[in-house]
Amino acid sequence: MAESTASVPVTDQLERAGRNRATLARLRRQVQLRYIAVVIPLVLYLLFFYAYPVIAMLFRSVSEPTWSLTNYSHLLRTNVYVHVMWITVWISIVVTVCTLILGYPVAYLISSVTTTKSNLLIVLVLVPFWTSILVRTYAWMVLLGRQGIINELLQSMGIIDQPLRLLNTRFAVYVAMVHILLPFMILPLYSVMRGIDRSVLLAAEGLGARPRAVFTQVMLPLSLPGVAAGCLLVFILSLGFYITPALVGGPKDLMISVLIAQQVDLFNWAFASALAAVLLVGALLIFVIFNRILGVEKIFGEVRS
Amino acid sequence: MVNENVTEPVVPVETDHFNRSGASVTLEKLDKHFNTVVAVDDVSLAIEPGEFITLLGPSGSGKTTTLMMIAGFEIPTAGEIYIDGTPIVTTPPHRRNIGMVFQNYALFPHMTVAENIAFPLKQRKVPKASIAQRVAGVLDIVSLPGYEGRYPRQLSGGQQQRIALARAIVFNPRVLLMDEPLGALDKKLRENLQLEIRRLHEELGITFIYVTHDQEEALVMSDRIAVMNQGRIEQLGSPIDLYDRPNSRFVAEFIGESNFLDGTALDGGDHVNPVRVGDEVISAVGREDVTSGMAVVLAVRPEKLSFAEERPEEPLAPLNRLGATVREGTFIGEMRRYVVETERGLRLTLKQPLRYGIRYYEPGDRVELEWHVEDTRIVSIATD
Repeated sequence: MAESTASVPVTDQLERAGRNRATLARLRRQVQLRYIAVVIPLVLYLLFFYAYPVIAMLFRSVSEPTWSLTNYSHLLRTNVYVHVMWITVWISIVVTVCTLILGYPVAYLISSVTTTKSNLLIVLVLVPFWTSILVRTYAWMVLLGRQGIINELLQSMGIIDQPLRLLNTRFAVYVAMVHILLPFMILPLYSVMRGIDRSVLLAAEGLGARPRAVFTQVMLPLSLPGVAAGCLLVFILSLGFYITPALVGGPKDLMISVLIAQQVDLFNWAFASALAAVLLVGALLIFVIFNRILGVEKIFGEVRS
Repeated sequence: MVNENVTEPVVPVETDHFNRSGASVTLEKLDKHFNTVVAVDDVSLAIEPGEFITLLGPSGSGKTTTLMMIAGFEIPTAGEIYIDGTPIVTTPPHRRNIGMVFQNYALFPHMTVAENIAFPLKQRKVPKASIAQRVAGVLDIVSLPGYEGRYPRQLSGGQQQRIALARAIVFNPRVLLMDEPLGALDKKLRENLQLEIRRLHEELGITFIYVTHDQEEALVMSDRIAVMNQGRIEQLGSPIDLYDRPNSRFVAEFIGESNFLDGTALDGGDHVNPVRVGDEVISAVGREDVTSGMAVVLAVRPEKLSFAEERPEEPLAPLNRLGATVREGTFIGEMRRYVVETERGLRLTLKQPLRYGIRYYEPGDRVELEWHVEDTRIVSIATD
C-alpha cells in the first residue's frame, strides 16, 4: 500500500484527490435533494389547503365591500365587539391559570414514578384527549344541566331545594374548557420535568433547602420552559375555542370564534374575515412575545437542562 | 486555568472558618427492604470522627442505599443512625447538616458556580458579604479560583465534580458523603482527584463516607473499608488487612486477584495448617474455626507466587514449593502474567514483576514455584 502510492508521482495524487472532492460534493448534493423531495407533497398540501384560504380571507377583510379598512374600524369602534375580544382574552387567561395549577402536580407525579406507572398515567391523560371535543362538551351539558346529574345529586342529598343554574354560565365554560385543555398543559410540563435530574432535587434538600425552597429555587426554575410551553399552547387554543363556549356558555360568554360563526351565518363574510384576522394576528403576537422572553421554540424541539 | 492532568502543589489556603473536627457516625442494625427485596440487611458500623471510610461492593450490594439512609433520602425499614451519639433517622435531610457529592455532580444547571456554592449558605441565612468570601475561599481549596461566573455546562466533568465538592463542604458539615463521585471520569483524571480528595480529607479533618465499586480507589483512599455484599458487611478493615487477610472468598475475589484452591484441612486450629489440595499438600495460615477433615478454600495472590530460581537469598519465613510447567506468558505492563500447571494438574496464575535482566519463561518451561505460607489464607470453610 505505502509502496504503491510512493511510486505514483505527487501531482497525479493531487489531481486524483481533486477529482474525488468534486465527486463527493455531487454526492452530498444528491442526498440533500432527496430530503427536499420527500417533503414536497406536504408543502403543496399546506399551500393549497392552508396558506391559500388564509391569504384569501385576509384579502377579503380589506377588499369587501370596497378596498378600505372599514371592517377593522367598524370592529374597533363597536363596544360589543371590543368587549367580546376582552371576554375571549379573560376566559383564556383564567383557563390557562387553572390548567397550570391543576396540571403541574399531575405532570410532576407522572415524571416522578417508575416508567410502568408513568406510562399508565400518560394513557389516563390521553384517553380524554383522544375523545372528540363535541362528545366531551355534551358530557358536560349532561352533568351541568337543570335536570343534570350534579343538580339531582345535590337535591337528593337535600343540600339545595331548587336546581342551580350551572349550564350556560361562565362557570360551565371554565369547567369544560379546563377539562378539555388539561392534556395540552400536562404533556409539555411532563416532557420538561422528565428531563430534570432527580438527584438535583435531592442535592438541594441535602444542602439544607426546606421543601418550599427546593420547589421555588430549583424545581420551578428548571421546569419553567415547560410552564411557558404549556401556557402558550393552552392560551392560544383557548383564544380560538368555538364549540364549547357556544354550547355550555351563556349569552354573556360570547367568545371571538362564536362571534365569527354568527357573522358567517349572517353572510357578513368580510367582517368575519376581519375578526378572524384579528384572532390570527393576536395568536401570532403572543407566540412571538413568549418566544422572545422564554425561548419557547426550543421546548418544541430538544429540551436540555 | 487548571490543568487537570497535573496534580498541582497545594497552595496553603485560609481554612480557619472550616470545622476541623469530624463527627462520629454509628449505624445500628440498619435494615432497608424495597417491597420483597432486602437491600440492606442488619448493617452495624461504628465510624470514628474524622475517619475516611469506604463502602465497597458490587452494584446491588446495598452500599448506595446505606449512604442514602445516612443522608436521609431513604428511610430505613428498621434500625438507627447516630451522629455524635444523636439519633437522626427521623430528622429530614435538610436539617441533618451533612454534605453530599453525587456521581453525576447534581449541580444546579440554572445557577452559576458561585450561586451553586452559595446555595447551602443562602439556606442558612449567611450574610451576603460573608457568602462571597466563603465562595472564593472554597474555590481556592478545590483549585478553581475565579470560576464564580461560569455555568456548570461550561465546565468539564472533573471541574464540575470539584464544584460539587466545594458546594458540599462550604457550609462546614462534619460529615461528607460521596456516592461514586469519580465514576463518570476517565482513569487519569480519576487518579488525580483521588489524591486531591484524600488531601482535602486531611485538610478538613471531617468524617468522609465514600461509596465505590472500584477496589483500587478504595485501597488508595481509605482509612478503613467495609466490603459489602448482598446487603451485608462482609468484612471491615484497613486496606492492607483486607488485601492480605481476606476472611471470605468474596473479599479475596473482589479485592485484587486470587488463585482459589479447593482442599481438605489435615489439621485444625490457628497455627499453620497443612491442607490437601488434589494430590499436593500446601501449608496455610490456620483459623480457629477450622478442624481437621474440613473442606476449605485457599486463596493465594498471583504476585505472591514467584519462581524459585529468582530468589537471591535464603527465605525469611517458611515457604510452599511446587514444581510446575509454564502454559502461558502475557505481558500486561508493569508485570508479566503466567499461567502455570503443576504436575498433578493444578492451574495457577502468577505475576512476575519486571526488572532489568529478568528471565522471561516460555510455555513448556519447567519451573519451581514458591510462596510464603503466610500468604496462603483459608478464605472459605464448609459451614455444615
